[in-house]
Amino acid sequence: MNELRTKILNYIEDNARVSASELSILIGEDEEAVEKEIALMEKENIISGYNTMINWDKVGVEKVTALIEVRVTPQRGMGFDNVAKMIYEYPEVDSVYLISGGFDLMVTIEGMTLKEVASFVSDKLSPMDSVLSTKTNFILKRYKDHRIIMTEEKEDEREMVSF
Amino acid sequence: MRDPVSKTIVDIKPSGIRKFFDIVATMKDAISLGVGEPDFDTPWRIRDEGIYSLTKGKTHYTSNTGLMELREAISDYLKRKYSLSYDAASEVMVTVGGSEAIDIALRAMLDTGDEVIIPQPSYVSYEPCTILAGGKPVFINLKEENCFRLTAKELEDAITEKTKILILPFPNNPTGAIMEREDIEAIARVVIEHDLFVLTDEIYSELTYKEEHVSIASLPGMKERTVYINGFSKAFAMTGWRLGYACAPSVILKQMLKIHQFAIMCAPVTSQHAAIEALRNCDAEVSSMKQEYDRRRRFLVHSFREMGLSCFEPFGAFYIFPSIKKFGMTSDDFATALLKEQKVAVVPGTAFGASGEGYVRISYAYSLKRLKEALVRIEAFLKDHEGA
Repeated sequence: MNELRTKILNYIEDNARVSASELSILIGEDEEAVEKEIALMEKENIISGYNTMINWDKVGVEKVTALIEVRVTPQRGMGFDNVAKMIYEYPEVDSVYLISGGFDLMVTIEGMTLKEVASFVSDKLSPMDSVLSTKTNFILKRYKDHRIIMTEEKEDEREMVSF
Repeated sequence: MRDPVSKTIVDIKPSGIRKFFDIVATMKDAISLGVGEPDFDTPWRIRDEGIYSLTKGKTHYTSNTGLMELREAISDYLKRKYSLSYDAASEVMVTVGGSEAIDIALRAMLDTGDEVIIPQPSYVSYEPCTILAGGKPVFINLKEENCFRLTAKELEDAITEKTKILILPFPNNPTGAIMEREDIEAIARVVIEHDLFVLTDEIYSELTYKEEHVSIASLPGMKERTVYINGFSKAFAMTGWRLGYACAPSVILKQMLKIHQFAIMCAPVTSQHAAIEALRNCDAEVSSMKQEYDRRRRFLVHSFREMGLSCFEPFGAFYIFPSIKKFGMTSDDFATALLKEQKVAVVPGTAFGASGEGYVRISYAYSLKRLKEALVRIEAFLKDHEGA
């Protein structure tokens, strides 16, 4: 990866909303070049999207997030890709990862009630041919997400002036 | 009753900008760009080591020189980072911040009347520590046209028969200036020729944004005439832990140790345990903080130039030092007016020596968000005072 891309990605990974002109100042590069490179990386799907971290707890919106461990039988010639696709195509599914260890796929579902998650698991996920078993874990509290600590806010406690 | 206080101490002038600080103290709602310490908390792994040492009951004095394991870690780190070779057993001591090291180095080396060359603007303690040690401060006024670097010519001109020590404060607080290899090579030649000693305060050495920092102690013939001072405050965001160190030939270090032993005993033990982790396992944390400072530095220099404030590009520490000469105010008046009118606190350049007149120190040890808020206010202030 070229140096410009590294610089851009390092910064925007945590600051998606920065403008091209500000970013170019921060990393000491030409604005036009930065703009072009971002557009190119969007096109190449290197930058796949921009999300917003929302602390839903703070606005009193109840959301349920479940991490579902799924054990599956890999299919001949397809490995896990086919079953993964059958799961990720559901719009309520947030993410799907192939995992090493005691189970195969980690599926996260967000934004539904407990009941909806339960019925998704029993009606859609479990009955799939290659799915052997599932284990549903509900998130109770989000302490830190994407490097952002959600549970504390800190004041600047330093002296106003020091040498 | 006799005068209860020492004449020497009374004669040490209090900071010339006392008045300014009195106002700052009353304005709690001001945005401050006045601090000389990182905004980052100490990296967790360092804090965690401190806590762990406490749970193990590591609560006692250490040897006067500091934990051997820490001195070895310092020696390894300096070798790895700056190609310096100091023997952990005889040439390294752990101090209560770099500031203690400055004080005891001067006291260990000076006799009454010895002259100490202090380039200014620079950190506030060199002058009083020199005086308390019986020395005589001789100032060099660093110039913006030289990017606030010290030149061999300026040094030559300041040397007299009584000159014993040159203080070398780079990367510099408050200007953000650095000295590159050819700059310090030129200085080293003069130092050797005139048989001087160097007290090099490299507390900001991890924070340079151009070439890798070069220490004067690494140049041929310089180790034997250098006291090297560094610490954990800036590089590892450990200001409150009060931990620094000095490295010097044992003939000097032995005398420094005497003062330290009687005045201090030893540096805080918890800090020493935490510091071992800092030196050994925190390169990633240090470089990510440095990267963040660098972005803010670019942003501020750019913004100030856009506003029409003349500002040389600093390549070290976390300060910029713009010139405010065109506003026809003293640094003190400028800072006071900015504070009163727009509630932004910056430090007048004169806090760091007379040659800081015409400049203010602005710290970028603040989040970008905070800096932007302050910039809006500063811009309004500049508009109000343009053409004054």
